Amino acid sequence: MKKTMYEKILDSHLVVDEAGQAPLIYVDRHLMHEVTSPQAFEGLRLSGRKVRNPHSILATMDHCVPTKNRDLPIADPIARKQIETMAENCRENGLNLYDMKNPNNGVIHVVVPEHGFVHPGMVVVCGDSHTATHGAFGALAFGIGTSEVEHVMATQTLPQKKSKTMQVIVNGELSKYASAKDIALAITGKIGTAGGTGYVIEYTGSAIKALSMEGRMTLCNMAIEAGARAGLVAPDEKTYEYLKGREFAPYGQHWDQALAYWKTLPSDEGAVFDATVTLDAADIAPQVSWGTSPEQVVGVDGVVPAPESFDDEIKRKACEGALAYMGLTPNTKITDIPVDLVFIGSCTNGRIEDFRIAAQIAKGTKVAKGVTAIAVPGSYHVKQQAEEEGLDKIFIDAGWEWRDPGCSMCLAMNGDELTKGQRSASTSNRNFEGRQGKGGRTHLVSPAMAAAAAAAGHFVDIRNL
Amino acid sequence: MEPYKKHESIAALMDRSNVDTDQIIPKQFLKRVERSGFGVHLFHDWRFNDDGSDNAEFELNKPAFKGAKILVAGDNFGCGSSREHAPWAIADYGFNTIISTSYADIFYNNCFKNGILAIKVNKEQLDKLMAEISSNEGVRFVVDLENQQVITPAGNGFTFDIDPFRKSNLLSGLDDIGLTLKHVDKITEYEKHHKETYPWLWA
Repeated sequence: MKKTMYEKILDSHLVVDEAGQAPLIYVDRHLMHEVTSPQAFEGLRLSGRKVRNPHSILATMDHCVPTKNRDLPIADPIARKQIETMAENCRENGLNLYDMKNPNNGVIHVVVPEHGFVHPGMVVVCGDSHTATHGAFGALAFGIGTSEVEHVMATQTLPQKKSKTMQVIVNGELSKYASAKDIALAITGKIGTAGGTGYVIEYTGSAIKALSMEGRMTLCNMAIEAGARAGLVAPDEKTYEYLKGREFAPYGQHWDQALAYWKTLPSDEGAVFDATVTLDAADIAPQVSWGTSPEQVVGVDGVVPAPESFDDEIKRKACEGALAYMGLTPNTKITDIPVDLVFIGSCTNGRIEDFRIAAQIAKGTKVAKGVTAIAVPGSYHVKQQAEEEGLDKIFIDAGWEWRDPGCSMCLAMNGDELTKGQRSASTSNRNFEGRQGKGGRTHLVSPAMAAAAAAAGHFVDIRNL
Repeated sequence: MEPYKKHESIAALMDRSNVDTDQIIPKQFLKRVERSGFGVHLFHDWRFNDDGSDNAEFELNKPAFKGAKILVAGDNFGCGSSREHAPWAIADYGFNTIISTSYADIFYNNCFKNGILAIKVNKEQLDKLMAEISSNEGVRFVVDLENQQVITPAGNGFTFDIDPFRKSNLLSGLDDIGLTLKHVDKITEYEKHHKETYPWLWA
């Protein structure tokens, strides 16, 4: 039988399949951060259970960590306790933790690929919906809840019902400065935030193959924004090239064995998907979200839609609510929307490539009057690399703040946040109400779009730069 | 986990779609290291005014919905972040049943791990239930998981589908991990095969 990549990975991880129960699948890699793990460790302790395979786990601190003045104690006592609890839990269970002071520290989904901890064909979980990121390597990677975090620690398995499969084909060439982020937003705009619910998405087509590994990570990262638990890209030479020589990548004879296996993973020619969605890359303008859901997006050359423009009653009502929250009027040109704060970073767009393109746009500019612009590298390694390339100087000369790594303004748990009514251009993944601070208004964009908005004080069609 | 029992309770109405977990429990409350105490923060940003007083406009603050155990809500409930703090907050607030047309995957799983029955209905059924609550706020529905039935005073009751495994776990209040560990020999056997097939993962 011809199989999709998802089916191949799932089948090879089947541990128990009994009638009346969800199949039990094996988990190769378990990623952790401080927010969704403490209650799982507490559960293990209370039941007297042990972590079955400590080597399968890599942990970091990212959600609550400050992005400046890292040498000082964390001011928020509850956040401090969460950080201390994480350190204690990892010590007690012998887990590999990149804590705040560790040179490997950063956002979990940025750090893990840097060290080659995820390989094609693996099953990877984390108490974090953006675990989908690692699908860029052809691994089945998805977010789980804290009860499941405990389950995986205790058993190295997870009951998983089989998902449906969706193929998203993007062919053609992206326009100047359009990026993986714009593809991800355009897909979410097209199929909606529930469009992928119950599916695992496999991204394919010439525009996907042309993306760098960083770009594929950005794309898969946002599979969850379209409702899919996981996104996948078939491994290819770029994948192998990226992995080779990294700390946890196979080497020597093992590399050859692994490579031979990885090459068997791509979906068979003629494998059947339950759904197919097609986009033409040439049609994808740089995207800007105008509402409070990642499906509420439009090209930068567009306008804020009017509620009446939606035939669907639910969408019309959602548009009304979003416009009221966002303080926007229908038919306003996107390029006329001013911004107060610009954020480049997060597990979606906090990698070296993101800072390179943003620096290219920011070079020689000045942050517009009244605008605050912050650049938050996804990890210390990204930060160091950027500094070696002189990117930090470009940002600082342009009036940006150059910070230490963390999730920062993506979910605003660490004190970096919008105040009521403030409007951001943000390279993160969610524009939900209050996500970046109560009453804050988020516009999701690519790093290039964010950098251009910082200089102009409003959105700019970067294709005209 | 408490076993799920047949009950008759007030059904509260939340006529909104795409309610995301950032709204259910905003991030400023995710720093606790315990599972308890999230109910007071449920829907915080919608539920309270800036000065901390109750927002009278917010539906769950209506006196008629106080003590509700059933939440009837619009499409794609629980989308966004995987935070299990969302079902912890919902359960801690007092809900044990949600009725909607659809849920985000991770949230749906998380509900059943915390004794919350998430019932899926079609659009037509949901509209009827919403209309019944709107016209009679404080109305009580009966939820009978054993027989997979919801009964309402106006006769908008229905039977619902549910995965038998999820159903039996809710009814018994059984711990998933304990169930999986019954298969520990098979896990060990799989690991042996895994080490032989993918030796680079164990190097």
